Amino acid sequence: MEAWSSLLNGFAAALTPYNLLFALIGSIAGTLVGVLPGLGPTAAIAMLLPLASHLDPAPAIIMMAAIYYGAMYGGSTTSILVNIPGEASSVPTAMEGYQLNLQGRGGPALGISALASFAAGTMGVVGLTFFAPVLSRTALAFGPPEYFALTFLGLSLVVSLSGRDLGKGLLSALLGLLTAAIGLDPLTGVARLTFGSMELMAGIDFVPIIMGLFAISEILTNAEKETKCILEAKRIEWLPTWQDIKDTWAATTRSGVIGFLAGLIPGCSPAVTSFMVYDLEKRFSKHPERFGKGAMDAVAAVEGSNNATASGGFVPLFAFGIPSGPALAVLLGGFLMYGLQPGPRLMQEQPALLWTIIASMYIGNVMLLVLNLPLVGLWARMALIPFPILGPMIAVFTLIGAYSLRHSFFDLWISLIFGVVGYLMRKFDFPVAPMVLATVLAKLMETSFMQSLVLSKGSPLIFFTRPISIAFIVLTAVSVVSGTLLRRKARAQQVELEESDS
Amino acid sequence: MRRSNRWYHIVLIVSVALALGLGGPCMAQDKPYPTKSITYLVTFDPGGQSDREARRQQPLLEKSLGQKVIVDYKVGGGGALGWSELVRSQPDGYLMAGINIPHIILQPLQQQTGYTTEQIVPVAIFQRTPLALAVLKTAPYKDIKEFLAAAKDKPADISIGGSGTFSGHHVATLRLQKLAGTKFNYVPFTGAAPQITAFLGGHVNAVFGNSDDLVKHADSIRVLAVADDQRFFGFPDTPTFKESGVDMVESIDRGIGLPPKTPDAIVKKLEAAFLQIAKDPGIQEQMKKEGFVPLALGHQESKAHIEKMTAVYKDIVKDIKK
Repeated sequence: MEAWSSLLNGFAAALTPYNLLFALIGSIAGTLVGVLPGLGPTAAIAMLLPLASHLDPAPAIIMMAAIYYGAMYGGSTTSILVNIPGEASSVPTAMEGYQLNLQGRGGPALGISALASFAAGTMGVVGLTFFAPVLSRTALAFGPPEYFALTFLGLSLVVSLSGRDLGKGLLSALLGLLTAAIGLDPLTGVARLTFGSMELMAGIDFVPIIMGLFAISEILTNAEKETKCILEAKRIEWLPTWQDIKDTWAATTRSGVIGFLAGLIPGCSPAVTSFMVYDLEKRFSKHPERFGKGAMDAVAAVEGSNNATASGGFVPLFAFGIPSGPALAVLLGGFLMYGLQPGPRLMQEQPALLWTIIASMYIGNVMLLVLNLPLVGLWARMALIPFPILGPMIAVFTLIGAYSLRHSFFDLWISLIFGVVGYLMRKFDFPVAPMVLATVLAKLMETSFMQSLVLSKGSPLIFFTRPISIAFIVLTAVSVVSGTLLRRKARAQQVELEESDS
Repeated sequence: MRRSNRWYHIVLIVSVALALGLGGPCMAQDKPYPTKSITYLVTFDPGGQSDREARRQQPLLEKSLGQKVIVDYKVGGGGALGWSELVRSQPDGYLMAGINIPHIILQPLQQQTGYTTEQIVPVAIFQRTPLALAVLKTAPYKDIKEFLAAAKDKPADISIGGSGTFSGHHVATLRLQKLAGTKFNYVPFTGAAPQITAFLGGHVNAVFGNSDDLVKHADSIRVLAVADDQRFFGFPDTPTFKESGVDMVESIDRGIGLPPKTPDAIVKKLEAAFLQIAKDPGIQEQMKKEGFVPLALGHQESKAHIEKMTAVYKDIVKDIKK
């Protein structure tokens, strides 16, 4: 009950016109940042830090937080419309949403992702409001062996993401792991696969890779086919129907819970969560055959989970001052600029400030929904642009996005090279998703594996003697076995279909 | 032939134009440095200690230099990417970079990094974060003596978490091992945030942490000893290593550096600007509150400090590489 009265006080403070204004500015900036590929919330919050220092702590942090969760709304836009996932967490959205767009259902996909973002994001804030004290210790329960087991479970998704040929999927994942190994060893700092190049020493960022694999290769494929217009359907829908909402609410709810719980674990990036909920929905779905060809419930689940993870990330931040990703690290920097150190002491000394921020997150989510929904129909019309004009536009936006990330020309080359790699992979029917997943997981997987073995002095038993770790390993085994069985079943059905066809 | 001739002319014209263009600023030399905006390169992620310090200095530098100061980032390779860009830049005073010691000493000692320690011209060092050894409040060791006794009892049994290999934390652990005559199990992490998280969760027995990171978690940890000459104001009851009979001083120092061959006048001008900020009592108070020890070393002192530490680390690295 204490939470209720604190929350009400928080609302009273957050609803002052001044604080509302900054929540709105943050929401608009967040939406913009989310829509533009490459430019992420981390850079946006960092750019606004000096500006924020002229404000009081409450409006400044309200604004920066709104940029952070607001960016999660916009992330789906370019994925669905033009197959540019601006960050790794939108990759499954691009896989399904872009197919929907080709079928003339880009509008509904955008609408559903805004609604799912709102619903799951708000669920995450509810979790933050009422369960933070109980769940905050989750962050501390994860040591190196637990992280390794978690990434191990993540990598097992390769089985279900592999498409028709498991061998090709595994090769694709291997290529991803190899790419991620380029640069300095994250623990020892030794240069690997850099061939003396300073640029390679900094490692290859996965955003240019993803943009190349998806957007650039999409352009190349369409150029080859001499596509006139990306729309394949005659009939176009602009907005989601009640049926769409009915079909996706269960997926949204599940992803909200999972996303929030994953947000409690610092270091578990939203990309891992979005692949996990994608896989889970494929198993829960009544029509798993639609996955890969445009599944609306997948879009809802993935976009919802991003937002819930964003809200969940505030739990370890407020409880211990632990940032769960680069964007929250910058936000933490914002707190520190005011001499505020998030942690147990801040909870006691300045509860009013924290509750104001939490209350503002409810308000911010409503603002974001209102901002995003009217834009849906407008965005969806992009699909009508003839491809000879749209294609070059996509290329320009992709390259600007790849460049803006680290201001490096090298990253432009990376996305072009991976554009060709992606084109070849499509041509020879290699699935791209396992490669992306492996690239995202590689660093955490490697470091946690090494750290665990240092802790255990070389004994792999450490992974099997700790409860959370063993639980994940059992889940991995279940996931691999059931995934393989599902593949068999799907293949048998397909054979049957082909036979009955003839 | 004719075609290539024409190209030759074009190249000639362009290069003459370029030469004139570059010559331009030289002719306008009567205006004193700086005549345009200065880039302040941060080699670590935004929001980190180096970035926050740059942000704190930015408006004050703009005031005293009379030009815009733009904070820019070149992140990667533990700072190496930014520093190798620094030493390749024009020595005209319009690009300066935050420098960290021991990073700029240890990285080139480990492998080819695209820069050498000597290439960087230090302007000033303005901040120190002493390293300290800490355990959780729930740990059985009440002080450094008990801790070292336990370590000697069971060598290599106690794990110490730190950030990175060939880093200040790693070197501190190795020095403590040597001086105390025992072994620890050093566990590297990819940064301060994962290191402290694992420590608070009890996944490592102890950490070598930066003073500012430890101050944040003062409620749940016990700091056993500080690796500085004097006691650290944040933990006044904690002895130094020296007091405890372990002659070890280990810290991370932050400053600012310029490309090699930067003219003295420019170094002097920037040195004055940075020292003015570093000596400001208000700024020093802010730094202390955040767990940093304010410093104000000028160009010569910084250079001497870096040379001294280079000699110390060369010996230690010889031991690691053995």
